[in-house]
Amino acid sequence: MSAPNNDYDPVEVTPLQIEAVETARDAALAAIAAATTLDELKDVRLAHAGDRSPLALANREIGALPPQARKDAGQRIGQARGAVAKALAARTASLEEEFEEKSLVDECVDVTLPWDLEPVGARHPLTTIQDKVADIFVAMGWEVAEGPEVEAEWLNFDALNLGPDHPARTMQDTFWVSPEKAAMVLRTHTSPVQARTMLDREPPIYIVCPGRVFRTDELDATHSPVFHQVEGLAIDEGISMAHLKGTLDHFARAMFGDAMTTRFRPSYFPFTEPSAEVDLLCYVCHGDPALVAACRTCRGEGWVEWGGCGVVNPRVLVACGIDPERYSGFAFGMGLDRTITSRYDIADLRDLIDGDIRFTLPFGVEV
Amino acid sequence: MRVPIAWLREYVALPESVSAVDLAAKLTAYDLKLEEIDSVGAGIEGPIVVGRVVSADKEPQSNGKTINWCQVDVGPEHNVGGEPRGIVCGAHNFVAGDLVVVSLPGAVLPGDFAIAARKTYGHISDGMICSGAELGIAGDPAGIIVIEPTEASVGDDAIELLGLRAEVLDLEVNPDRAYALSLRGVARDTALAFGVAFSDPAAIEAPRGGEAYPVVVEDAVACPVFTARVVTGFDSSRPTPSWMARRIELAGMRSISLAVDITNYVMLELGQPIHGYDRATLQGPIVVRKAVEGEKITTLDDVTRTLTAADLLITDDSGPIGLAAVMGGQHTELTATTTDIVIEAAHFDPPMVARTARLMKLPSEASKRFERGVDPELPAIATQRAAELFAAYGGATIQDGLTYVGEAPAPATITIAADLPAKVTGIAIDTATSISALEANGCSVRVEGDHLVVTPPTWRPDLTDPYDLAEEVLRVVGYDQVPSVLPPAPAGRGLTKAQRLRRRVGMVLAGAGLIEVKTFPFAGPIDMDKLGLPADDARRRQVLLENPLSAEEPGMTTTLLPALLKTLVLNIGRGHSDVAIFETGRVFLPKDGALEAPIYGVDSRPTSAQLAALEAALPAQPQRVGIVMAGERVHSGWWGKGRAVSWADAIAAVLEVARALHVPVEVEAIAYAPWHPGRCAQFVLDGTIIGHAGELHPRVVKSYGLPARTVAAEFDLDALIAAAPDLGDAPSFSTFPVAKEDVALVVDADITAESVARALQGASDLIESVRLFDVYTGDQVPTGAKSLAFALRLRAPDRTLTDDEIKTARDAAVAAAHTATGATQRT
Repeated sequence: MSAPNNDYDPVEVTPLQIEAVETARDAALAAIAAATTLDELKDVRLAHAGDRSPLALANREIGALPPQARKDAGQRIGQARGAVAKALAARTASLEEEFEEKSLVDECVDVTLPWDLEPVGARHPLTTIQDKVADIFVAMGWEVAEGPEVEAEWLNFDALNLGPDHPARTMQDTFWVSPEKAAMVLRTHTSPVQARTMLDREPPIYIVCPGRVFRTDELDATHSPVFHQVEGLAIDEGISMAHLKGTLDHFARAMFGDAMTTRFRPSYFPFTEPSAEVDLLCYVCHGDPALVAACRTCRGEGWVEWGGCGVVNPRVLVACGIDPERYSGFAFGMGLDRTITSRYDIADLRDLIDGDIRFTLPFGVEV
Repeated sequence: MRVPIAWLREYVALPESVSAVDLAAKLTAYDLKLEEIDSVGAGIEGPIVVGRVVSADKEPQSNGKTINWCQVDVGPEHNVGGEPRGIVCGAHNFVAGDLVVVSLPGAVLPGDFAIAARKTYGHISDGMICSGAELGIAGDPAGIIVIEPTEASVGDDAIELLGLRAEVLDLEVNPDRAYALSLRGVARDTALAFGVAFSDPAAIEAPRGGEAYPVVVEDAVACPVFTARVVTGFDSSRPTPSWMARRIELAGMRSISLAVDITNYVMLELGQPIHGYDRATLQGPIVVRKAVEGEKITTLDDVTRTLTAADLLITDDSGPIGLAAVMGGQHTELTATTTDIVIEAAHFDPPMVARTARLMKLPSEASKRFERGVDPELPAIATQRAAELFAAYGGATIQDGLTYVGEAPAPATITIAADLPAKVTGIAIDTATSISALEANGCSVRVEGDHLVVTPPTWRPDLTDPYDLAEEVLRVVGYDQVPSVLPPAPAGRGLTKAQRLRRRVGMVLAGAGLIEVKTFPFAGPIDMDKLGLPADDARRRQVLLENPLSAEEPGMTTTLLPALLKTLVLNIGRGHSDVAIFETGRVFLPKDGALEAPIYGVDSRPTSAQLAALEAALPAQPQRVGIVMAGERVHSGWWGKGRAVSWADAIAAVLEVARALHVPVEVEAIAYAPWHPGRCAQFVLDGTIIGHAGELHPRVVKSYGLPARTVAAEFDLDALIAAAPDLGDAPSFSTFPVAKEDVALVVDADITAESVARALQGASDLIESVRLFDVYTGDQVPTGAKSLAFALRLRAPDRTLTDDEIKTARDAAVAAAHTATGATQRT
């Protein structure tokens, strides 16, 4: 570096000459343009914009100029360095962009590769349908009642107007707990839960009871010794069969869609009087005259059997300590296994219960 | 009940245009549900006619058989050129002059069997002389049908005559509709449903008075009415008229002999079971009495039965001759030599009949009707009807006099509020409608103020209560008239805590990759053996069933595992290698002592103490969760190797459920079947063991044929749910910096990590959490010891910890672990 020029004489400083500055700038710009990678550009930055670069060194000579010349030279050097810095920034940005683009291409994967490290679980449709039924009734303000599966004979039969010699009692093929005098059965229906609820609390009573029940049927494509029902019971003042119809229509619509409706047919159950079978509009053909004749689901009837129901027999109210003069009620019950097999067109009931995971898996965790 | 429609039409003025389908639809809407319409003989085509055998020449054949070469007069319409037809017949139970049934060329018999003229045994056989079997009706399979000369003439259409084509309604009869187990009852309902005239087959005159045969009824409660008539000179060689046999068969019974067929025919027609005794075998008067305990009778089905004092017997001087209302006795049976018959028709107490039929396991056509309730006015009419048939078709002479012991119970009157049908059904039914509906059903109705006093007809013993009458009115008004009205919405409390949490548990397990299954809760000693349970294990004590479906599973299960393991085997057998399944279900744990659930009356509510006694008798039935897993828990794949199911997965699944319910359960090591003794955890909640998990014992794995290292868990869901807080604790946490300290502790190999962690955690309030991050055994630690490395996080709620505080807390934790477990710090 030249010594400070304190005598204000103009001193010829070669690096600050216009030609020299322009040469250094052009060399820098050419090197920047020639850099093809960020690493190369790093070297270029060092050589042409670093502390030891020609322009940096020239800048230091400005102090050697007489004061009147400094401004001019400073401006010249400043412009040259500015141009280099700008070119460097632009080149850096473009090389970074290039680099990123290339990396992204390099990192490209096959997104269709399976990622099934963890097994997938599912709830059984017999569970989720019970939940769904419960939700429908809970939304109406009803409650969900439960009872044991090994049940007292008195609750399963007698309290429901099924005395020991009632013909309907022998029609229910009952599992008896040993010894027979123990007077216990595997509940043949969810109806004892009705009796339990009435014995347990005062009306008004609005309950549903989904649960597992038992009959001594051999397992085949359409029968199972263990199956599931849902029972409903309403006891209040002024309850009639019309309320039963209204409730079942609502239940049917909530389960099967707004177009669904039900019909009553006369029937007989000891615990209801009058009693009815309730049928659903066939959910396949909807009773459409053009489709019904060929419909396999309803076998041309336009209706499918859903369950039994009726007005609670006052004898049952009496046995359960409810005043039949003040209160009346209705009850209904339907099979859930059949609801599932017919709804999903499952030909063999055993698919539902033999536990093959392929059956349950597609149901996932739906409610 | 099978109802041949042509027979039904005899009693109902049904328009011809009413089809079987119309009829079924109306009856279904009227309480007699159609099972199916049986179109018998739908494929049969004529000509099938009555022919007279003009000549039958026996021609021995070279194959040893002898055939009949017959000339058969089939009437002017079908004879060829006015001459009888030549027909070859192999049967020999007919002679020239007999009337037979001939299928002529062009006819099609059941089984799509087309008849054509064909050359056989050297003749052209121009048709076929038919047996019953060939026509699709019962009868002697070897012999052809010979028709009584009085029944038909040559050329008559045999399809019509024999009822070869018939439509039969198979109706489901509810237990309260006893009357519908007869043509009479179905006809009455049909007439009502269609609003047409009904002609009652019971509207015949029976004599009153006189004594046909001496009868003494000792138990008028069990047998309120007993009637008897006598016919003599019966020719038991006479065949049952073909129309009667056909009707009996179409109705689903077998034609046996004229005498038996007449009794069955009358039962089908009227609904009143009747019984015939061979008078020659009766000794002394008929006495109706209760059996002596242990008394024996051999019934018609050749079974000797031992009776109880509740059974009712028909006896004579020789002893029991019939099990009343259920089945007759063998030794007074009508036989081929019977000429004089005592015809019995009686009325029996329905519950008595039901009890006997149930205890004897002997449901018969008679008991099925009696236990449901037969019209008590029928016995005299039925004996008269039977006697007339014996006279008409068996050449018998009806003896004067009708023995009539007892009195038909009169139906009790029922008083109902006139608006009850409207109240019960929700339909606006006025009193006039109710009265006319009840009267249409045979009731007599008297109006008393705003009440109706109703006397049901004798054939409706099921009508006893006001609501029964409401149903009768509803049947007439129509079930389709019930309006649809939602009841007022009650103020419900939603799901209970247990119901909500059970759902949560199912979701947690499904979310953890387990699939729910449903199994049957039956098990037996074989299952307990396969689990390797010790002989005195409590799980071997089962609630047993009287009538299990399988001898191998005689009772209710005490553990969910056997059924789950069978389901696992099924899945593996079907090619699934990685299976993780669970079930939520009850187990059944008997209580000590032989408990009996009391049977109370039904005329009032049992007392609370009585209900508690009933509850106490039932076995405990807790809900449990069972889990079994085999194969890979983390799958192998392109990302690398997976991880096989481990004992730890079974334990983790249970802990995940416990965490989801906010219940802290402790894990302890235990040796417990069916688990591997060194790889089994028990879960402890407030000092009570609530479940187990781990790897199955290798012997159990082998006994079920499962993959090695199959794991399982089972725990008491009820106990876990009971312990679940209504509200979990809201978290409170410090925002000051955390200090992290690692400690490596050497302990004996049998010290559980859980116990060391608990000691560390308990040493100071400043210890926020303790996490095991490494377990080491090997050269660096003594034999029989292991090194456990824990990461401690320390933090104060109100300040940044100083180095001294951190050191003090760390040292305290190590010291506490040493005191509790003998742990020493690894250097």
